[in-house]
Amino acid sequence: MTNVSMTVNGKSVSGEVEGRTLLVEFLREGLGLTGTHVGCDTSQCGACVVHVDGKAVKACTMFAAEAEGAEVKTIEGMAIADGSLGTIQQAFQDYHGLQCGFCTPGMVMSAAALLADNPRPSEAEVRSYLEGNLCRCTGYHNIVKAIMAASGQSVEPVAAE
Amino acid sequence: MHNFELVKPTTIADAVQALSGEDAQPLGGGQTLIPTMKQRLAAPARLVSTLGIAEMQGVCTDDHGRICIGGATTHASVTAETASTFPGLSGLAAKIGDPAVRNRGTIGGSVANNDPAACYPAACLATGATIVTDKREIAADDFFQGMFATPLEEGELITEIKFPVPQASNYQKFEQPASRFALVGVFVARFGDGVRVGVTGASEDGVFRWSAAEEALSGNFSAEAVSGLSLPAEGMIGDLHGSPDYRAHLVKVLTGRAVTAAS
Repeated sequence: MTNVSMTVNGKSVSGEVEGRTLLVEFLREGLGLTGTHVGCDTSQCGACVVHVDGKAVKACTMFAAEAEGAEVKTIEGMAIADGSLGTIQQAFQDYHGLQCGFCTPGMVMSAAALLADNPRPSEAEVRSYLEGNLCRCTGYHNIVKAIMAASGQSVEPVAAE
Repeated sequence: MHNFELVKPTTIADAVQALSGEDAQPLGGGQTLIPTMKQRLAAPARLVSTLGIAEMQGVCTDDHGRICIGGATTHASVTAETASTFPGLSGLAAKIGDPAVRNRGTIGGSVANNDPAACYPAACLATGATIVTDKREIAADDFFQGMFATPLEEGELITEIKFPVPQASNYQKFEQPASRFALVGVFVARFGDGVRVGVTGASEDGVFRWSAAEEALSGNFSAEAVSGLSLPAEGMIGDLHGSPDYRAHLVKVLTGRAVTAAS
């Protein structure tokens, strides 16, 4: 076991991990931050997406010890300080961008990474960026609408109804 | 997954030292290796992470005009840093996996693994790249020896890959939508003295050069030049995603598209 320290959602944290401990295991089981989900555990589905030093990564495909000293942000860090929903989260609610909600933490974190790089993406860019996030309920259209709305753009052109 | 010791050196020399231990293996972004370890298809005793080695990061140009990419450079960095200098390679890197995978996965890890459906090997072969390790330099034509097979020795580390920059190039990938690997991928590179074509995803022997297309395109760099060619289906991969005939057909179609799109 080795000690690992990092900043998660602005707070300094540390804990004992094995070499094989995945970042998602450290977040969920070590820190109790169970908002980050494990869907496939094979880096296909994107339910475990978090930000490490500002970049979207799949927390099931990175070792906790690799995040030593990093700034990590999870879905729990997306709410506003008073506890109300952040802009992207609110847009997911407003546009019904979720049904069962299992993929939503990863969707929101991917959307946040996209908008940080590209504040006004086209619909095609949104769909392309979400290639690594699978949703089995919504058919994606309302997720795309939510992200277009969160970026301050019209949702009217979004393809299917 | 079996447990292991994770080592995080900051220099190539320290990494090579750490790799000399028994059952030690380099770890790039882990986007293939970690899933492989979860399935217990790999069980190294020690993983040596390359992502903290500054001298293996980034893109530069050498005295011969070659684009030199550190082995631990992520696909996202390759996309951004070669966009103006080598758009064919930038476009290839931009389509690997998905954004989160591209933020972790490295060019050295991909090339070392030599997955028969990986993208970078097609670019390496089509440009005549040089794979640089801590021990030696290996020409791409000698490096890719069949599915997952390379001349890399135990503990040998890819530190850099040097790409001659073509006058025009393009990569076309027909994506297997579940894995986002190439069902077939074709990289076409036009140089002053001829054209080279690297094909991935199609052959049971891994990435290969399509010499008949190279010959035809070297005389006439247009999609029509390959439209009359046919690639034998024998030796092509057949699985539930596509038959050997289908893959052979895709090679020709994608080669034509790459020629048309080459810039």
